[in-house]
Amino acid sequence: MADMIKDHILDRPNSYIGRSVPRPNAKRLLSGRGTFTDDIKLPRMTHVAFLRSHFAHAEIVSIDASAAKESDGVVAVVAGVEMAEVCAPWVGVLSHLEGLKSAPQHALAVKKASWQGEPVVAVVAHTRAQAEDAIELIDIEWKELPVVTDMETALEDDTPVIHPDLGDNLAWRRNLDVGDVDAAFANADHVIEETYISNRHTGVCLETRAILADYNPGEDQLTIYHSTQAPHMMQSLFAKHLDIEEHKVRVICKDVGGSFGIKVHSYPDEYATVALAYMLKRPVKFIADRLESFTSDIHARDHRITTKIAVSNDGIIQAMEIDDLTGIGPYSVYPRTSGIEANQVVNLTGGQYQHENYRAQATVVYQNKSPMCQYRAVGHPILTLITEGIVDDAARAIGMDPLEIRRKNLVPDDAYPHKSASGMPFENLSHQASLEKLVKMMDYDGLRKDQAAAREQGIYRGIGLATFIEVTNPGPAFYGVGGAPISAQDGATMRLDAKGNVIVEIGVTEQGQGAEAVVAQCAATALGVTMDKIKVISGDTDITPYGGGTWGSRAAGIGGEAAVQAGKALRQNIVEVAGIMLQSDPTTLDIRDNNIVDIADGTERMTLAEVGRVCYYRPDTLPKDYQSELVVTRHYVPKQFPFAFTNGVQGCYIEVDTNTGFIEFKKYCVVEDCGTVINPQLVDEQVRGGVIQGLGGALYEECLYSPEGQILNGTMADYLVPMAAEMPDIEVGHIESPTLDSELGAKGAGEAGTGGAPAVVMNAINDALHPLNAKVTVQPFTPERILQALGKI
Amino acid sequence: MKPSAFNYAKPSSVDEVLGLLSEYGDEATILAGGQSLMPTLNMRLSAPALVIDINGLSDLSGISVDGENLRIGALTRHTEIENSPGIAEHAPLISMAMPYIAHPAIRNRGTFGGSIAMADPAAELPACLCALDGEVEVTGKSGARKVAAKDFFKDLYETDMAEGEILTAVEIPKLGAGYRSAFDELARRHGDYAMAGVAAHAKVDGGKISDLRLVFFAVGSTPVTAKKAMNAMEGQSVDDASIAAAQNALEQDLSPFDDLHSSAALKMHYAKELTKRVLTTLSGG
Amino acid sequence: MTNQIEQIQVTTTVNGEKVTALVEPRTNLVDFLRNQMELTGTHVGCEHGVCGACTVRIDGEIVRGCLMLAIQADGLEVVTIEGSDDSGEIADLQKAFHERNALQCGFCTPGMLMAITEMLEKNPDPSRQEIREYLSGNYCRCTGYEAIVDAIETVANTRKGA
Repeated sequence: MADMIKDHILDRPNSYIGRSVPRPNAKRLLSGRGTFTDDIKLPRMTHVAFLRSHFAHAEIVSIDASAAKESDGVVAVVAGVEMAEVCAPWVGVLSHLEGLKSAPQHALAVKKASWQGEPVVAVVAHTRAQAEDAIELIDIEWKELPVVTDMETALEDDTPVIHPDLGDNLAWRRNLDVGDVDAAFANADHVIEETYISNRHTGVCLETRAILADYNPGEDQLTIYHSTQAPHMMQSLFAKHLDIEEHKVRVICKDVGGSFGIKVHSYPDEYATVALAYMLKRPVKFIADRLESFTSDIHARDHRITTKIAVSNDGIIQAMEIDDLTGIGPYSVYPRTSGIEANQVVNLTGGQYQHENYRAQATVVYQNKSPMCQYRAVGHPILTLITEGIVDDAARAIGMDPLEIRRKNLVPDDAYPHKSASGMPFENLSHQASLEKLVKMMDYDGLRKDQAAAREQGIYRGIGLATFIEVTNPGPAFYGVGGAPISAQDGATMRLDAKGNVIVEIGVTEQGQGAEAVVAQCAATALGVTMDKIKVISGDTDITPYGGGTWGSRAAGIGGEAAVQAGKALRQNIVEVAGIMLQSDPTTLDIRDNNIVDIADGTERMTLAEVGRVCYYRPDTLPKDYQSELVVTRHYVPKQFPFAFTNGVQGCYIEVDTNTGFIEFKKYCVVEDCGTVINPQLVDEQVRGGVIQGLGGALYEECLYSPEGQILNGTMADYLVPMAAEMPDIEVGHIESPTLDSELGAKGAGEAGTGGAPAVVMNAINDALHPLNAKVTVQPFTPERILQALGKI
Repeated sequence: MKPSAFNYAKPSSVDEVLGLLSEYGDEATILAGGQSLMPTLNMRLSAPALVIDINGLSDLSGISVDGENLRIGALTRHTEIENSPGIAEHAPLISMAMPYIAHPAIRNRGTFGGSIAMADPAAELPACLCALDGEVEVTGKSGARKVAAKDFFKDLYETDMAEGEILTAVEIPKLGAGYRSAFDELARRHGDYAMAGVAAHAKVDGGKISDLRLVFFAVGSTPVTAKKAMNAMEGQSVDDASIAAAQNALEQDLSPFDDLHSSAALKMHYAKELTKRVLTTLSGG
Repeated sequence: MTNQIEQIQVTTTVNGEKVTALVEPRTNLVDFLRNQMELTGTHVGCEHGVCGACTVRIDGEIVRGCLMLAIQADGLEVVTIEGSDDSGEIADLQKAFHERNALQCGFCTPGMLMAITEMLEKNPDPSRQEIREYLSGNYCRCTGYEAIVDAIETVANTRKGA
């Protein structure tokens, strides 16, 4: 395709592609002059606080809110039955996850609460404090119901069924059986089995969930400021469940203080907030506080996976088999469903290796804990943990170096396009080149020598390797096909204004990752202007083209491509009118550095400002049969492949203090292949931030529950997130295998860091402790678990 | 998370404070540094009718040397103590502990007296005070009284302070000739509450330990003075054998319980590891 | 039940500007700054003093805005990120942050900049580990901290050389 494209984006002069341009929109954040949703004040604005269920499972017998209604500053008190008249319930299923079943879920619990933290009563008052005061006056008679917390026993006959209408606690089961796994295991030289556990954890965005909704009855217009990743999706959902025409709902996404997938889902308390604004005909603001965030933000990654691998004596992988059990809370989250994480595990386990025999079972069960759904790198941290963990186990079983076994089994770089055993189509990956680059970066041989020398001193250091595949740039195969109102397509509208400046309106959203900068770089390059001329507008459903927002690492690859196509198209329109004005053949003209130039020798002929002036103020000087069009819109959706898979490899070198179980990072390297790199610094920083977030889950983060389904560590003091002192510096290298599914060739990079980190740390720990016959398999790999593995406690 | 409504008073004398405490009883709470109180108010774990802000009592702030003792006013901020040459000279154990206490922004407001009065089982300063044989000065309507640190910490968040009393100062004997201190703790992250920690103080003469204080924190409801381990080290040099003896003795001194992030077994294991570390440091090794 | 708590007058200086306001005793400093002073640059992340997003300066020292009552600012000088920005005292830090992309979503950034300003005052030549330890009370979920350390190191070196 590259050969056929004339005027290829990667051949543009004065290109911003591949340059580490600082983000123009970051400056206001450095001055404390950003606009986060809680920074917005509207006239007559009220605040909502929610009485949330303290019980993990309890029937609501009665609610007496009479005293609350009389409390100072209270404007309204609304419970589930009244809310249900305004806001319709939803069911978190998609047709392409066959058999997935879920119960209808309401904005405020009706009849019973099914998890600790479920919102039950909404109190709207002039201040948040007043709303909280009133909540204390609400009297609810509860009847406690038996609590289902253990996912291992969720499907047993004597376990209570959370939703009797569903028949059992099974949300979904998926089975995959490819090749002849039984024969492979029967004939294998070695069969290695292990059970890995990834414990439930959550996103902990520094800016908690925030939404400010206002309804103007005079215009029949709902305006919603929302700290979200997907404004168009939210527009659709709010319109649907409040039974309002979609174009009467405007969702505006201003600065977002971190999202990571937590803010790509729809939440009952947010529906309630919007419904309340609609009911009260005035602004209602909801800012989740930190305590309620721990119980009401989605959780993720609660899996127990039994993993089996068959290898030959010379280290060839012959088969893999997994049995994945995951518990997801009492509802499948809407609209993306809570089956996707397990689906990814089934789809991508072992996908980087050449083997044709693969069997996978995923069982997704309901529990009375916080609902679970997609969180950065969805499923990849888990599937990479088990894949790379079992491969290291296999290496140890046959006495082979972990690097060697990977070299023998990775899908070769010249094998593409290639389908994994699970049927995933890979366009072009670079496992081998990435691994070899990492080996050099890490000085792998040097580290092995250092490790051996250290062992003689009784110091235990270990190398961890983790090759990975990461889903990015999803097409409609991810959600659209299942019936979700989620756009895989994005559009960019580009406009040259009267003074030669350029406005770009884009459907992907800024979450801090640099989407606006990347779009500006693409737009500027495609059009031929300098970046200071560009203003990017995102996150407004009234203004931008319909799009998917930011998730699945799609903003650069999909948003960037739309901007490229729009820029090229606008350039054509501009050189056409310039040709008329200059009486030159437009094919001899280009735009470079804000000027119309002769391609032949680069002579500057006219400024873009001059083009703007004539087109807007003096169209009378243009031919009567000619109409200039200085606004263009182009869309892009990946079509050749359902996803742009990326790949990479992480390697780390750690020292385990065998007295304390503490880990010290001595080296951490990542090689990432995300195709064409638009802004190297931004990509590297996504990798770094992603790794640290993955290390959080690997070393610190775990939602601890009592047997009664109460979270035990739902505060920032008790739920441990990575802070600066313990985290490593990370060296990042790149291979670029562009996708041919777009002109830009950019794949996504936002999640890969998180996907590989737990595996690489576990492998490093186990490599370090191997001489002591100690091994860890339960994440987070805390000092306690390490010391237990060592038999010291 | 907004606090329940409360009234506020900012007295300008200790007597005024005591008067308010007497009037309001357990409906009043003292606001000093606020670093522990404010979260409990924000989370509505505490809902007093009156918050008594004692930050105006400037007499209660300051470090002075009074004969053989260091006197630290209850309102002295952690940061002032962290930077104090007087503390470094006369009570180096406290200087050693300071960097472990939370983070600079917390230390700028948190007070020494507040930490002692709060008696958080995982806090550093109560253990240091015990290790240094310090005394707590508590003032009530009937005047000031002194309580030895070892008698002050009674149970989980419970001290010898009675209703109507406030902590006004802490007194610590100046570092004696030949005495050394050592401090260590194990926490998941820098500044976190310890999983286990120890404050150690001893006379060290020719490598031999005497008059050892080994006070552990985060291993029980209060600081725990490890008497058997201390006795095991009396007159001993620090070597593998004596360390092992002290570690064994710890099994009788400590009975930790599980908390959210560390099991009793882990705490015991850490206490032993920390013992080795501080004894090694004390002996100059 | 209604809570008829009297509001109290607080007289304070915020970013150099003398301010007199009525506050409820229970209003904390960061809420006062954000809602009444409409200085929204200081952020709320946890309300229990752990995340550092609410860091401001009181009489020259950094504090957690969520752990002080607004009324406690009476007679004291408060400096927020807006004041720090306006004064130019963090201009080199802002530039280094921008160039190194030491911020992504920007929510932790004001608190970070306030903490860093104090750190460099106390220790103008910190090692990378010292920087990491000083900042260990400021949570960032986006950057993974390395870019922040790099930016500070750059500024510390430049200030030394200047």
